[in-house]
Amino acid sequence: MRSARLSPLKAAGLVALASLTGAVSATESKGYLSFQFSPETPYYVEDGKVDFGTYNGFRRYHSECHVCHGPAGMGSSYAPALMKSMQVLDFDQFVEVVVRGRKGLNQQVMPSFASNMNVLPHMNDIYAYLKARSDGVVGVARPDKFPKVRKDAQASAN
Amino acid sequence: MPQPKHQLIALCASAALAASTTGFANSELIEMQGDPSSWVMPNGDYASTRFSALDQIDTSNVKDLQVAWTFSTGVLRGHEGGPLVIGDVMYIHTPFPNKVFALDLNNDGKILWKYEPRQDTSVIPVMCCDTVNRGVAYGNGKIFLYQADTTLVALDAKTGEKLWSAVNGDPSKGGTGTSAPMVVKDKVYVGISGGEFGVRGYLTAYDTDSGKQVWRAYSMGPDADTLLDPENTTHLGKPVGKDSGTATWEGDQWKIGGGTTWGWYSYDPDLNLVYYGSGNPSTWNPAQRPGDNRWSMTIFARDADTGVAKWIYQMTPHDEWDYDGVNEMILVDAPFPPKDEPEASSVAAVTTAETGFKMRSLLPGRKDAEEAAAPEPAPAAEPANVRKLLVHMDRNGFAYTLDRVTGELLLAEKYDPAVNWATHVDMETGRPQVVSEYSTDQNGEDVNTTGVCPAALGTKDQQPAAYSPRTGLFYVPTNHVCMDYEPFQVSYTAGQPYVGATLTMYPAPGGDHLGNFIAWDAGKGEIVWSNPEPFSVWSGALATAGDVVFYGTLEGYLKAVDAKSGEELYRFKTPSGIIGNVNTYTHKGKQYVAVLSGLGGWAGIGMAAGLTDPTAGLGAVGAYSSLSDYTQLGGQLTVFTLPES
Ligand code: HEC
Repeated sequence: MRSARLSPLKAAGLVALASLTGAVSATESKGYLSFQFSPETPYYVEDGKVDFGTYNGFRRYHSECHVCHGPAGMGSSYAPALMKSMQVLDFDQFVEVVVRGRKGLNQQVMPSFASNMNVLPHMNDIYAYLKARSDGVVGVARPDKFPKVRKDAQASAN
Repeated sequence: MPQPKHQLIALCASAALAASTTGFANSELIEMQGDPSSWVMPNGDYASTRFSALDQIDTSNVKDLQVAWTFSTGVLRGHEGGPLVIGDVMYIHTPFPNKVFALDLNNDGKILWKYEPRQDTSVIPVMCCDTVNRGVAYGNGKIFLYQADTTLVALDAKTGEKLWSAVNGDPSKGGTGTSAPMVVKDKVYVGISGGEFGVRGYLTAYDTDSGKQVWRAYSMGPDADTLLDPENTTHLGKPVGKDSGTATWEGDQWKIGGGTTWGWYSYDPDLNLVYYGSGNPSTWNPAQRPGDNRWSMTIFARDADTGVAKWIYQMTPHDEWDYDGVNEMILVDAPFPPKDEPEASSVAAVTTAETGFKMRSLLPGRKDAEEAAAPEPAPAAEPANVRKLLVHMDRNGFAYTLDRVTGELLLAEKYDPAVNWATHVDMETGRPQVVSEYSTDQNGEDVNTTGVCPAALGTKDQQPAAYSPRTGLFYVPTNHVCMDYEPFQVSYTAGQPYVGATLTMYPAPGGDHLGNFIAWDAGKGEIVWSNPEPFSVWSGALATAGDVVFYGTLEGYLKAVDAKSGEELYRFKTPSGIIGNVNTYTHKGKQYVAVLSGLGGWAGIGMAAGLTDPTAGLGAVGAYSSLSDYTQLGGQLTVFTLPES
């Protein structure tokens, strides 16, 4: 069973999501200590606090991506709102775009981050953050976080 | 409405009128910048005043302004910079792919020629914040275009034919071109962008005829690179000493040290000095580059012929907030300190202005405002303490007034009360007194420093201010935005972003607006009036002898305000947000005002989706409406004039 990641506060709004990803109710949660990233359960959130990886995703997003995609994944005059993109992109598609880049219309270019060591190791975390934004469980502000746990499990906590 | 002040109005001093005439191009441009019927350089004149002696459009009739004609550039990205007008031809440029159009003013803007370079789109993602370009330069019968891929091209101004090109940087390492070149005598100067990619900044002079590189001066590195003379180049009056461009760096960090030169360049023909500023040290994580990081964040005064610096002044040593020092340097001759019996003198000045006295511009070569039309005024008593000043509204929120001959620091005051990262600038050492609470360096890596004002966008970014010698005031488009800033370790890979900090931006506390358009007294260091704007003002201002000041807004308005009071006199909503700079010229004796619309740039990134209170929780989007509710992308020129009477 995957670890749960639903905030009781937000659970109501996430019924649809839960059924999509197979996440289970918060009562079965072992808490953030046992949380582990997977494409299906990318983040853990409880009472508005997120796991450290998701928080790191917030940081990495706002240093590497926001100059084009705008604050908090909300889009800019240059590049699309990723909080919306995440409603349709799955993990593999996300990774594919970030690694390979993409040329759009009107001279817009999504760069390839394949050789960027400030992004590649943090791919899961950025995905988790954007997914959390897209699911409406993280606001535009800097999220509160649980402390870092089990570095090996946290894929890339900095 | 606060009363305007007129301390500097007695600028009719004539100290600087004699123009030196070294070389044909120099005198050509000096002569042309004095002719208000054209607009020959991006900021109007070498002194970057963005002032025009034209006064057909004035405070009484500006309300009748109408659109004369429009032109779509066919490009959607952010349109910074503005048109040049030379004779009967207007030259406009676009963001990437950097098209240039020559438009026939005799024929409602029919295209005389068009130039569109072929550039590899791989340069686009290494442009930090949209694919902007700040305009072309004119000189020696040529139009100079500085492309995104750092190719500098000389085009025949008549035909658009490409005469030569030179490559100024390496986009595969993050170097890009966004700035407008400047021509002085037989040289054309260009800078480099890419501070977020670890590019080490430099200014390069090319020969206008051959395209051959004449000199290149780096912002940091050994003296041979920086063209600093250890004995004769001074910093606040003291010689800089040997290799000052590496002495305050650890190891080889200076090689990827930033200090790029993507802003504006000014020139004083009498002193033969070129003035410009350098950008942020790289990376944004201050812990990775201990020391003062000289000479990032620095004002340079360089000999136009040799590039050797006469003086320099570092405004923000060891930057911790991304406060690039690249904003324009406005060169004025004015009494300093200002005379302190304002009652009598300001009354006199207003009266003379109202009775038709045209203030004489101090710009070398600039003719008296409409000297033919105005009766010769009785010479105003010339204040004894007129000095050659340089006024610079820095991104760090301080407005600096310096002696541009010696580099002496005369004044440094906040031009937005929100500025909090430093209490003041120590006038002896020139150093800002940093407030620990807002020091991202003292707070350390992986710590989120909150509530820093201004945000990294600065109290003002590149959008140039204007200066009116008639009011003695500077008209400044500003941002009113603060930020959280969290630095962390980054590794350098050539051609990849090298940022090293997370930042979030939001409106300054207590306010409900993200920008102000202000009038600034650079002699007193005071705001004279301030108009709040819902969004950052990202458009270059224009001041005219009609005592009207123009600027654009991010929603797309072209606004005209009274130079003395700031009262709004006219607005027109253009098709897209304005981040371009307003100009004015005459055609067949009639005055026109022109501006490029086209939302984008950093403003489009920061504000398109709306900013929110950092402490606001979920669903706070829309606390401040998003810019995208007002306007959309699209490059367009709009030209205004008064109706036929
Ligand atoms: C230089 C600007 C730039 C930067 C930096 C950038 N992107 Fe993009 N990105 C774009 C543009 C432009 C597009 C749209 C391309 C198109 O039109 O297909 C895009 C598209 C995407 C998409 C696909 C969206 C969709 O709806 O299909 C994803 C996912 C994405 N970017 C993720 C990221 C992430 C993650 C980062 C930071 C690591 C990032 N981008 C940094 C410009 C950028």
